[in-house]
Amino acid sequence: MSKPVLEIEKLNAWFGERHVLKEITLKILSQQVTAIIGPSGCGKSTFIRCLNRLHEVVPGARVTGTVLLDGTDLYDPTVDPVMIRRRVGMVFQKPNPFPTMSVYDNVAAGLKLTGMRRRSVLDERVERALRQAALWDEVKDVLHQSGASLSGGQQQRLCIARALAVEPEVLLLDEPCSALDPIATARIEELLLELKKSYTIVIVTHNMQQAARVSDVTGFFLLGELIEVGETKQIFTNPKDRRTEDYITGRFG
Amino acid sequence: MVLFRRPGVSPADRLFRATVFTMAVSVLVITGVIAYELVRNSRLPIEKFGWAFLWGTTWDPVAERFGALPFLYGTLVSSALALLIAVPVGLGVAIFLSELAPRWLSDPAAFMVELLAAIPSVIYGLIGIFVLVPWVRNVLEPALSGTLGFLPLFRGAPYGVGMLTAGLVLATMVVPFIVSVSREILMAVPHSQREAILSLGATRWEMVRVAVLPYARSGIMGSVFLALARALGETMAVTMVIGNRPEIRLSLFEPGYTMAAVIANEFTEATSDLYVQTLIEIGLVLFAVTILVNAVARLLIYSVFTKVEVRE
Amino acid sequence: MTRTLSLRRRLTNGFMLSLTGVCTALVLGILFFILGYIAYHGISALDWDFFTKLPKPVGEHGGGMANAIVGTVKLLALASLIGVPIGFFGGVYLSEYGRKNTFGFLIRYAADILNGIPSIVMGIFAYTIVVLPLGHFSTVAGGVALGIMMIPIAVRSTEEFLKLVPASIREAALALGLTEWKVVSFVVIPTALRGIITGIMLDLARVAGETAPLLFTAFSNRFWSRGWLEPTASLPVMIYTYAVAPYDDWHRQAWAAGMVLLMLVLGANLLSRMILHRQLRG
Repeated sequence: MSKPVLEIEKLNAWFGERHVLKEITLKILSQQVTAIIGPSGCGKSTFIRCLNRLHEVVPGARVTGTVLLDGTDLYDPTVDPVMIRRRVGMVFQKPNPFPTMSVYDNVAAGLKLTGMRRRSVLDERVERALRQAALWDEVKDVLHQSGASLSGGQQQRLCIARALAVEPEVLLLDEPCSALDPIATARIEELLLELKKSYTIVIVTHNMQQAARVSDVTGFFLLGELIEVGETKQIFTNPKDRRTEDYITGRFG
Repeated sequence: MVLFRRPGVSPADRLFRATVFTMAVSVLVITGVIAYELVRNSRLPIEKFGWAFLWGTTWDPVAERFGALPFLYGTLVSSALALLIAVPVGLGVAIFLSELAPRWLSDPAAFMVELLAAIPSVIYGLIGIFVLVPWVRNVLEPALSGTLGFLPLFRGAPYGVGMLTAGLVLATMVVPFIVSVSREILMAVPHSQREAILSLGATRWEMVRVAVLPYARSGIMGSVFLALARALGETMAVTMVIGNRPEIRLSLFEPGYTMAAVIANEFTEATSDLYVQTLIEIGLVLFAVTILVNAVARLLIYSVFTKVEVRE
Repeated sequence: MTRTLSLRRRLTNGFMLSLTGVCTALVLGILFFILGYIAYHGISALDWDFFTKLPKPVGEHGGGMANAIVGTVKLLALASLIGVPIGFFGGVYLSEYGRKNTFGFLIRYAADILNGIPSIVMGIFAYTIVVLPLGHFSTVAGGVALGIMMIPIAVRSTEEFLKLVPASIREAALALGLTEWKVVSFVVIPTALRGIITGIMLDLARVAGETAPLLFTAFSNRFWSRGWLEPTASLPVMIYTYAVAPYDDWHRQAWAAGMVLLMLVLGANLLSRMILHRQLRG
């Protein structure tokens, strides 16, 4: 049985006056894929941005509550958000490779910019990350071309590789397939199933089939509240809450 | 959006912030020091002449009697003349480029108009002296006095150098400012405004006059003030064609003098401290006037863009 | 009745719209006239001596403006030394730390004011802070005047180009666990670098043509300027002096200098447009 990696307790978040997350309490288990579903504007993106302290970089944004990562509170005043982000990686909605960097440099960016200079180590870590992201075979001959020259799906896998290269414990994905075509989406989904062997994954998605396909646990958010969380199979076949049922059967959202 | 509100964590972050902040502050400090230096270095004439300096009409460096009115007058009249020509023309160009010209023409044409603003002032002066002055003397002024000579504005001997020529040069120099700002503002007018009036059966021109221009009015005024600020402070081209005579004459054919021109011409010749400081005080007046005009321009332009943002 | 009205409306429409076209043709015509006229007189006046010889004394034929060309280069180098760091880092401040706060607003406003200050007033300022204390005109004084003039455009263009870097790029870098200064220095600034350099290049081209702030700071010099504390000749001031002098041979050289200056300024403008165009496309 896997143990909780992230324990979220009474998490609240605001944008200025707007209370966008209310009293979220949730445990995220290691080596599982946790999917967060819900209609747009329900706070699901904000939720995962609270897990690597990225929410606070938006002006007027505020967070209360605790998020324990292996027992340390992310929001403890002595904790450096920079260190947190090295342990909790993130992939964004739209592929965002660094436009001035080559494929190689994109993947190596996190390591190089934190002082790793040894070429042999970099080469090895870049290759490993690209292999983990199932991109190595496609880019191994164009490593020194611009990352922006890849296709959308490749760019997104490049961003996954970039996040993996710093060897985080948790990988957050914020609707990673929303800008991709079905084939590219399928490749990313396969990849997630592979990655969960070594990482804890939290994925936000507005696509319920996707949540059903890739996740072990699903949480349903509505208007900033966590309505229901449980095994994915149970959520999709036998939801306990009426609102969850309405959502997964397409009656709203 | 501010990405980094929280206090820096690492010392390197703090150092970076301190550097960036210091440089930013220096912009503020320099602006302040300029104002301070101008005031400090014009103490002598301020004490000696007081406010009367602004309406004194005598400029006699030998007797050290200084009044700034001829320069104020010359600056205002040459700038007003420039705007009188540049505003309708510039607006016409802006309308053409934003409403009529296809994109492939509009962008390069706008770029070329902006090139006019990139041409150094001394080159306008060069063309002014060798091309415009003879043309004004031989063609424009005789024609004007022949047709509009009943007006005191267009009387007198055609010198070529003078207020009229200065106004023409200035008009050319400020047109690009009016065009580029107005064009952007016209393009920011929402499409729904245009479509609404067109669907009522208006012609293209009626659309411009009724829907587009009123919507963009304060922004266009902003561009006019921006151009005015440029014209007021313009030095070299004006110095080279205005004739540099510190007198107030009604006729536009007569030579005049501007604040900027008198500083440019007489600064290195000024022998006494009082003379130099008087020229600096003229600089101070020019500084104050242009800041005021610029401030109005900025407010007007900001207001349009916020209006558009809110409505769309 | 409706028919005559609509005819009048149609005529007004056609007339006013044509008028806007005429305005455009007029303004573009003036541009081409100026360029053509300068090219015509400049090319015939330009020779090798212009770039290699010193000016001849009044009355002697020939000579060149080698000292003024070097002087302009020296002045621009000094100006960059002042204008680029302040402009660049000031722009970084505005974009990364000062987007919505009062202090950012103040700096932005100060930059706009600074940009609006007439160039001749900048000359006075440099005169009061450099020439008066030193007791004589100098290259340094001219460089200070031009350097301060560079600041506002450098600040604002750097800010604008940095703002074009999408927030998602900053967030991606933050999410990798990079510290703030590394995010800005190694991810955000490189992304905008091409634009920033273009902006600074245009800024340099703009002050390269400034005459008024040099008249009583760098002053002028018929000979080579030795060192930075001596007055120096510069192309714009030479054009002015030669244009208002009553000698034909000086006028000839003024055209030559005008063309060199114009090519410098227009070249920078065209180059920057090409660079930015390439960036926008890919």
